[in-house]
Amino acid sequence: MRLIPKEIETLWTLFTAPVVWVVHFLACYVGAAIYCAKPELIGLSFSAVRAGIAAVTVIALSLIALSAWLAWRQWGFGTDDPPHDDPTRRDRTLFQGFATLLLSGLSFIAVIFTAMPALFLTGCIR
Amino acid sequence: MGQYFSLSAASLLLASGFAGARSVLEPAGAEAQQIAILFWVMLSGGAVIWLGVVALLLHSALFNRRRLAEQSASRIILWGGVVFPAVTLCALLAYALWLMPALRPFAQASSAALRIEVTGRQFWWEVVYRPSRGPPVASANEIRLPVGERVELTLKSADVIHSFWIPPLGGKMDMIPGRTNRLSLMATKSGIFRGPCAEYCGTSHALMAFSAVAMEPEAFRSWLAAQAIPAEGAGASGGALFLRHGCGSCHFVAGTDARGLIGPDLSHVGSRTTVGAGILPNTEDAVARFIARPDLIKPGSRMPAFDMLPPGDIRAIAAWLRGLQ
Repeated sequence: MRLIPKEIETLWTLFTAPVVWVVHFLACYVGAAIYCAKPELIGLSFSAVRAGIAAVTVIALSLIALSAWLAWRQWGFGTDDPPHDDPTRRDRTLFQGFATLLLSGLSFIAVIFTAMPALFLTGCIR
Repeated sequence: MGQYFSLSAASLLLASGFAGARSVLEPAGAEAQQIAILFWVMLSGGAVIWLGVVALLLHSALFNRRRLAEQSASRIILWGGVVFPAVTLCALLAYALWLMPALRPFAQASSAALRIEVTGRQFWWEVVYRPSRGPPVASANEIRLPVGERVELTLKSADVIHSFWIPPLGGKMDMIPGRTNRLSLMATKSGIFRGPCAEYCGTSHALMAFSAVAMEPEAFRSWLAAQAIPAEGAGASGGALFLRHGCGSCHFVAGTDARGLIGPDLSHVGSRTTVGAGILPNTEDAVARFIARPDLIKPGSRMPAFDMLPPGDIRAIAAWLRGLQ
């Protein structure tokens, strides 16, 4: 079994990073909301919630970095410049790789922004 | 800039016949101070970036019109369009988030010496002071707080969503039916400030305000002690008319038989800075006008017009209410 997947051509890879962003966002917000509404349900302190957010953030950023690396590879490590708009299989692959790389960058920043409040907030409001 | 805001605020105050500051840019409280600094940081940061972009635009349009090589253009886009905004926004977000615990100091709120319960109603504010020692004190449409002491506000609503806001003291907090929201404020300067309702709540939303009076702690304590007992004029003759015409079925006046709880508590209405929830100066004339036609002064309010009463009676009731110091 290989560690890094073989290059595959599917539109699904394009969505990987935004999907990781969505899941991370929901994990942070839903997790904090449930904890603050029913602290006794989970029975942990708020610092445990912050640690949990830190953990899912590290996982999310790693997955996005992996997705970015795969996209970079698909883009040929930047050998060609955009726009990749010729009606060829090669340009289609490069375009998809480049778009995926940009989306990964956006998702990476978004995940950091989502997690940032956990650095500063030390308790539930109310 | 600050002067301009003060000027426009001053003209608005004159228009509403109300004397008191309401500008976010003249902070008189710990929280508002932070908000004002945040505003100036954001404004100056935005101005510097805007000037930079315009200068770059003019530079490339007027002085340096040669075409850039594709690679250096890409580099400008990468650094100026991606890296710089991402890092700047990250820093600004971190700064704003870092301010948050100071803007909403909930941790200390439980240890506040004074809790004030404010309930929003169409279109006035019910106020109950709950000091750590002594009995609760009811009031309306005016909030007094001691300078230099943290006060916890418990915010509720009896009908629709209102929003509680004293711009020179701190940020807004919504008052939501069925919920109790908490806000904690600390005034750092004494003064009279205006607090508007900051969430549209019906016909007279724009006419729903209150005055916030920040007082020296000693003066505040003696004021609160005086509020806890009936006003001296409460037993006087004008009060008989007040009761005979049925005002007491909606209004409460301590020391009399007026025990209504539908309208604002009037026990010490004469000592308030405004009447009609922050819209009229507290004069005998204004009180009389309000009694006669509240629907003209505050459309949609639940108080019926009493202009069928003899003008002399309205005058006597107004004089009596003004005397409830």
